[in-house]
Amino acid sequence: MTVARPRTLAEALGALEATPDAHLLAGGTDFMVEVNFGHRRPTDIVALRRVVELQGHEHADGHVTLGAMLTYAEIEADLAEDFPALAAAGRTVGSPQIRNAGTIGGNVGTASPAGDTLPLLVALDAEVDLAGPEGTRTVALDEFITGPKRTDRRPGEIITRVRVPRVTGPQQFLKIGTRNAMVISIACLALVLDLDARRVRCGLGSVGPRPLRPRAAEDFLSGEIDWDGPRAAPGAVRRFAELVAEACTPITDQRGTAEYRRHAAGVLARRAVERSLQP
Amino acid sequence: MTGNHPLAAESETYELSVNGRREQVKAAWLGESLLSVLRERLGLPGAKNACEQGECGSCSVFVDGILVCSCCVLAADAVDAEVTTVEGLADGDALTDVQQSFLAAGAVQCGFCTPGLVVAVHDLLDRNPDPGDLEVREAISGNLCRCTGYGRILAAVEAVRDQRGRRSRP
Amino acid sequence: MTPRSASTVAPARPGARRGVADGLGTSAARPDGIPKVRGRFAFSSDAFAEGMLWGRTLRSPHPAARIRSIDVSGALRMPGVHAVLTADDVPGAPTYGLEHADQPVFASDVVRYQGEAVAAVAADHPELAWRAVQAIAVDYEPLDPLVDAEAAITAPAIHPDGNVFRHLRIRHGDPDAAGDVAVQGTYEVGMQDQAFLGPESGLAVPDGDGGIDLYISTQWLHVDRDQVAACLGLPPERVRLTLAGVGGAFGAREDVSLQVHVCLLALRTGRPVKMLYSREESFFGHVHRHPARMAYRHHATADGDLVKVEARLVLDGGAYASSSTAVIANAACFAAGPYRVPNAVVDGWAVRTNNPPCGAMRGFGAVQACFAHEAQMDRLATALGMDPVELRLRNALRTGDTLITGQVITGTAPVREVIEAARAHPLPPDPAEGDPAMALPGGAGATALRADVRRGVGFAVGFKNLMYSEGFDDFSTAGVRLELAADGEPVATVHCAAAEVGQGFVTLAQQIVRSALGVERVVLRSADTTVGSAGSTSASRQTWMSGGAVQTACEAVEEVLLHRVGERHGIPVDGTRRQLLDLRDGVVVAVDGDLRVSVAEALAEGPVEEVRTYHHPPTSPLDADGQGNAHVSFAFAAHRAVADVDLELGLIRVVQIATGQDVGRALNPVQVIGQIEGGIAQGLGLAVMEEIVLDGGRIRNASFTDYLIPTSLDMPPVLATLIEQPEPGAPVLGAKGVGEPPTISSTPAVVAAIRAATGAPLTRVPVRPQDIALAPGVGSSTAENDA
Repeated sequence: MTVARPRTLAEALGALEATPDAHLLAGGTDFMVEVNFGHRRPTDIVALRRVVELQGHEHADGHVTLGAMLTYAEIEADLAEDFPALAAAGRTVGSPQIRNAGTIGGNVGTASPAGDTLPLLVALDAEVDLAGPEGTRTVALDEFITGPKRTDRRPGEIITRVRVPRVTGPQQFLKIGTRNAMVISIACLALVLDLDARRVRCGLGSVGPRPLRPRAAEDFLSGEIDWDGPRAAPGAVRRFAELVAEACTPITDQRGTAEYRRHAAGVLARRAVERSLQP
Repeated sequence: MTGNHPLAAESETYELSVNGRREQVKAAWLGESLLSVLRERLGLPGAKNACEQGECGSCSVFVDGILVCSCCVLAADAVDAEVTTVEGLADGDALTDVQQSFLAAGAVQCGFCTPGLVVAVHDLLDRNPDPGDLEVREAISGNLCRCTGYGRILAAVEAVRDQRGRRSRP
Repeated sequence: MTPRSASTVAPARPGARRGVADGLGTSAARPDGIPKVRGRFAFSSDAFAEGMLWGRTLRSPHPAARIRSIDVSGALRMPGVHAVLTADDVPGAPTYGLEHADQPVFASDVVRYQGEAVAAVAADHPELAWRAVQAIAVDYEPLDPLVDAEAAITAPAIHPDGNVFRHLRIRHGDPDAAGDVAVQGTYEVGMQDQAFLGPESGLAVPDGDGGIDLYISTQWLHVDRDQVAACLGLPPERVRLTLAGVGGAFGAREDVSLQVHVCLLALRTGRPVKMLYSREESFFGHVHRHPARMAYRHHATADGDLVKVEARLVLDGGAYASSSTAVIANAACFAAGPYRVPNAVVDGWAVRTNNPPCGAMRGFGAVQACFAHEAQMDRLATALGMDPVELRLRNALRTGDTLITGQVITGTAPVREVIEAARAHPLPPDPAEGDPAMALPGGAGATALRADVRRGVGFAVGFKNLMYSEGFDDFSTAGVRLELAADGEPVATVHCAAAEVGQGFVTLAQQIVRSALGVERVVLRSADTTVGSAGSTSASRQTWMSGGAVQTACEAVEEVLLHRVGERHGIPVDGTRRQLLDLRDGVVVAVDGDLRVSVAEALAEGPVEEVRTYHHPPTSPLDADGQGNAHVSFAFAAHRAVADVDLELGLIRVVQIATGQDVGRALNPVQVIGQIEGGIAQGLGLAVMEEIVLDGGRIRNASFTDYLIPTSLDMPPVLATLIEQPEPGAPVLGAKGVGEPPTISSTPAVVAAIRAATGAPLTRVPVRPQDIALAPGVGSSTAENDA
């Protein structure tokens, strides 16, 4: 067992090539828990926290590019203006201690159905940049996450950046938990009214195996909104909520029932729209 | 651990900087968390293990000045960071104002959550000297306490905040 | 926050000490506070011994199974593994238990709950111990688990002792009495966990001579010692227990967890062995609160006088007996609540199933009953068209009233006072449009705007016994030694085995000595088994019992001092001594003369040391109709909760809890408030978030990720009034225990507030979001009203 501590992406890729089964360690908030609980016995580890190319964020040509090692706390502090919903999502993750360590790259790489940043990123058509032995590639996040805790990351690849288009318009993020802090979501929803493209963008978490994009609901409401407001008739908003609820494929587990999740998704959808519209 | 110890092949010797001192961690199994190394190898049992999954805050420490759960930090990855534990907040036998306030306010019962809370409160007040009630609650929402119901803890934090505020006003 | 105190001031005891700092009645500082804030306090998990090994348990993954074979060879072969033990390696009694020794040290032929211990290992490193446990091969034949408590009553026995731990009948008055109005309901309480922060841990050190020293977190050293000695096949004197720092208890440490295992490993290997449970293992390693199903019918006159209470209570005790027989007794005895009830028909069952074992948790049976009887009182108030608080005031118990067990309350019973005190606190400000999302239900999840939220107010009252009951003599012992320190000043040393688990007994012991002897410097020796038993830290009893023991020992020390001074100064020392000599403020004085001899002078001829045992007045068993003077004393509390509820999503924010509590005398007001706020947090947890979720006997949420306890964003401000009516016979200034009442009526108060906000009947705790959001007519689209 080894621990590699690369400082550059090239070093990281080299370490990964030397130990192809190595685990990629970002914030540790998922990995260390699995080690501590004995669910995972680490063999080799490539620690990413020093890799310069994974730090920080950039703004360029209509996108904000988030370095994979950007923490939720940094997102909350630095990106609240650009992505209020992402900052809001980050604020709901775990605790202050977890937010100081957990990373966007980790959230994407772990690809939990309950990942808090994923619904918004998917709604915004975010993309994932990867670097690997064969070079770099970019994948739509929606395609990158293939199932619960499964991604399209190939052996030897490292997530380097998450690229998010800047969209003009109101953004909302709502997350349900049984306690007022430190909860895995029972259901969560991100909503963006893309005023330029005149499109409703919506993403949901914890109501299916992957972050859910309710396209039929989006299409419907996009057509109903008076984009000069933006405004919409209450009936259209209710219908949107129904379509969102119908699109969900939730399970029943120790956190909630499928019936409740479906009901809650509809409520979140309606409220998110109402908060985004002009009165 | 000697070379023929069963975990020898999965161990490393490395150095950590903790509370301003260089500490050697000899032949430690690489899967050990920072929490485990602090407690079992470096004689610093102040950080506590109550959940081992970042859900309780009892293991809170500073790594490079940032408040984190040490159970979620791979010790071998903390080699070039400055670690500060509850034991390193004050010199010798002194108590910080936060520690004194916890005592005065009756915020300590069994004490298991106390070290983590003391660290978290130092973090809060160093970053935000004048937090309101909700801000305090959010800042310590990652620190579970089962004994106190948080009432006296909040009173302790408010007392330090007010004291520091009085000291800083001319 | 200074608590409000409504007290009838107790007359000062003759010779009462005044002028000594940090005595009784002050918020004296904890003696262990400084090490705790510095992170230097030695909890049992911090214990260390040179050459120590690490122990780990193998536990059954099945709730019910036959064990066909256990193959430990794979583990024994591993380098760094020093011992692997199973049932065959237990030299003494194969089973242990608090009331019935029905629980195996290691399962041999059958496992009866998920998590039951099957084997234990000791190895050089925790990681090696983990790997060794994985290498033990157990061939299980899974069986169909018995998980329905009602069915368990008549189902085939899953243990030779049968499935019924106890069936208790209470028949009081006329079983056929009827009133003008009757209301009924069936209520359910889910399985709560104590979730103390410091997981189970201990260090066992063999003495090289066949005996053993155990440093352990526990609630009762001597009862642990007795069970460990029996299982080790050793006489009790060879097994010495010392209390190591305890990270909370709340009932979960009354039963043996790792004590026998770690001692066995230490004796087998000849080396110190440390065992720590992870949080996950902790959920499997201790008993939980009994889930309960309770069917009630209340009868009352049209004016609101209670006529009869009928109740059928079934408590699921899980696989082994623990303290189930006492828990069901409490639930039954207190089934009707703190009210005058002339007729009662109560049947209480505690049964065995293949669910996780249940036992003591703060409130001990009264919690479950209180949820039910307070819901009933609200239903009754509605049926009568009465205000729910007025209904309670009207029926509130008073001194001289008779309980449904036939016992007359001879002590204080300020039920009206606690109710009125809770009610008198101002309500919180009305919700405002600008309230930040963080202050609303949902917290940072920002799910609600103020318009989505309704506010409700709810009320509840509860009570329970202090100390053990039904004839049990739970005495306590304390030694006090008074001597001169090196600097010539007197110092008192207390030796008492009372387990300090966070509640502050250590502080109280110092305060008692300061007030009794006028000596400021008081030191506590480690709690261990070299002194007599102090009984359990449970049943809200240590203030009364161990406080009483310390006080009695102080009085004995005082006697010796007065005797010495009397001897030296020719003052007759006999029964009337107290009129001639007294100890005041650290000085022995002649009441009628000029003699003043300081304690320090009196100690010049040597230390004084006295050990005393304190017993409460004897109680009686309950007869076949559940009648008898079974309890020593009672404590009462009332709670009022204000809750905001997001109707559509069923999310809850408790905004304020006000309480009045019967404390007898507040010996340390800050510590009393600490118990009140902490107990209320646990009651709030049971109301809205805490439950061990079971599925076919398997725990689905054995972690803090999904077993949720309240955070700082979940607890509201608490407004407390302490009602101080000194309890006659309570040895320390009439003080009653204060630990449990805050957990008893806080839960039903919160649920009543949620019912008021939502209109949902809510007959089960914890209330889950779907219980509100999907209740007919509640969470359905309020948007329709807005359209």
